[in-house]
Amino acid sequence: MTENIWNKVTTNAVWKARRDRFEQTVLPHLNAAYNLARWLTGNEQDAEDVVQESYLRALRSFDTFQSGRDSRGWLLKVVRNTCYTWLRENRGKTVTQFQESGQEPQSTYADPETELIEKANSDLVRHAIEALNIEYREVLILRELEGLSYKEIAHILEVPLGTVMSRLSRGRKELQLRLFESTREAKT
Amino acid sequence: MSCQEARELLDAYLDGELDLVRSLEVETHVKGCDRCCLARDEYDVLQHSLKKHGVYFNAPKGLEQRIRSRLRSDKDSQRKHLIPSTFPNWRPVSIAASIAALIVASAIFFGTLLRPSSTNVLAQQVVSSHIRSLMADHLTDVASSDQHTVKPWFSGKLDFAPVVKDLAAQGFPLTGGRLDYLDNRRVAALLYKRHQHTINLFLWPTSQADSEPETLAIKGYNLVHWTQSGMTYWAISDVNASELRDFVRKQRQ
Repeated sequence: MTENIWNKVTTNAVWKARRDRFEQTVLPHLNAAYNLARWLTGNEQDAEDVVQESYLRALRSFDTFQSGRDSRGWLLKVVRNTCYTWLRENRGKTVTQFQESGQEPQSTYADPETELIEKANSDLVRHAIEALNIEYREVLILRELEGLSYKEIAHILEVPLGTVMSRLSRGRKELQLRLFESTREAKT
Repeated sequence: MSCQEARELLDAYLDGELDLVRSLEVETHVKGCDRCCLARDEYDVLQHSLKKHGVYFNAPKGLEQRIRSRLRSDKDSQRKHLIPSTFPNWRPVSIAASIAALIVASAIFFGTLLRPSSTNVLAQQVVSSHIRSLMADHLTDVASSDQHTVKPWFSGKLDFAPVVKDLAAQGFPLTGGRLDYLDNRRVAALLYKRHQHTINLFLWPTSQADSEPETLAIKGYNLVHWTQSGMTYWAISDVNASELRDFVRKQRQ
């Protein structure tokens, strides 16, 4: 009996040490995780849920993570997979949301105040990214906002380097086009 | 380098993701090409507006705390961690034993059933890699016909040392090497020429026993697959099957 209690105490200590190590390794990447989830799910509440779920999943599979490896990439891979599971379950909802946000007219665009134009421009950029196909959106987020290399992105997406290269290039072209069109619309 | 080629590689060039040789080629082209200069300016504008307009979403305040407390109360990962060391009672052991037996039985059953199709999946991957290497015009990371240049280039990039043979004397000159990704791992890709055709030779270590070359044809490409001294090989090309087999014979000598 005492042996059992002793076992439990030591195991709890081991578990706690493991959790601490997990938190130290992975919690610093919270912004990266949230940013990706926010861009993939399209709204704040879902992004929060997905991030929380991702951290739980990551903790459960922390044994597979080898220390010294790229912990941000490892976490982002989990976040991305969790996002896709979430999107599969809520796909209809998301699709309409992206369409709406891509086309929704903004009244502030016409305002002559510089600050408001800046704000509108920022909205334009966000809407243009949101309107992108998810395959393009995710490589853009990982490259432009996280500054990951093609190789790191290829690892997260589990696709070859050439695919990252072509998706990024096409995604940028499409984003440029959308920005150009929406800026023109906003001016008229 | 043609404008079309340069345009395809322009993003990778501006992102600093091309190898030195390719970078210089693209750079030389862009300098003398108005359309490519314009495309480069567009790239700069986009980079600027993405940075300027702060489209990064930082995690809301309090999320970190909420995650910490969920991690603390997560019984699943705690329990999973507790089972093996503290409660060696019979029930989980017997359940585990029957699951293990089931897994072994199904592995034997499906293993024999699925082996041909997993080779097929891999063959499809080889074909895709080959096509991609031709399309993206990114055949080689190290362009060299010297096996003593190609081989050192791989060291540090792979967890094994590929066997690199130059078969120029036999009519298959080595043109370079490249890293690729197949079968969920990094592999070496060696490039050979046969007249105007390109042969991709993929190789990586395996625990499988030696096997004789086996020829396949997929989407108009010929493939030869074999295993030799702990390495698995895939040769693919649009040269005819007998020439490819000839290439393989020379590789194996």
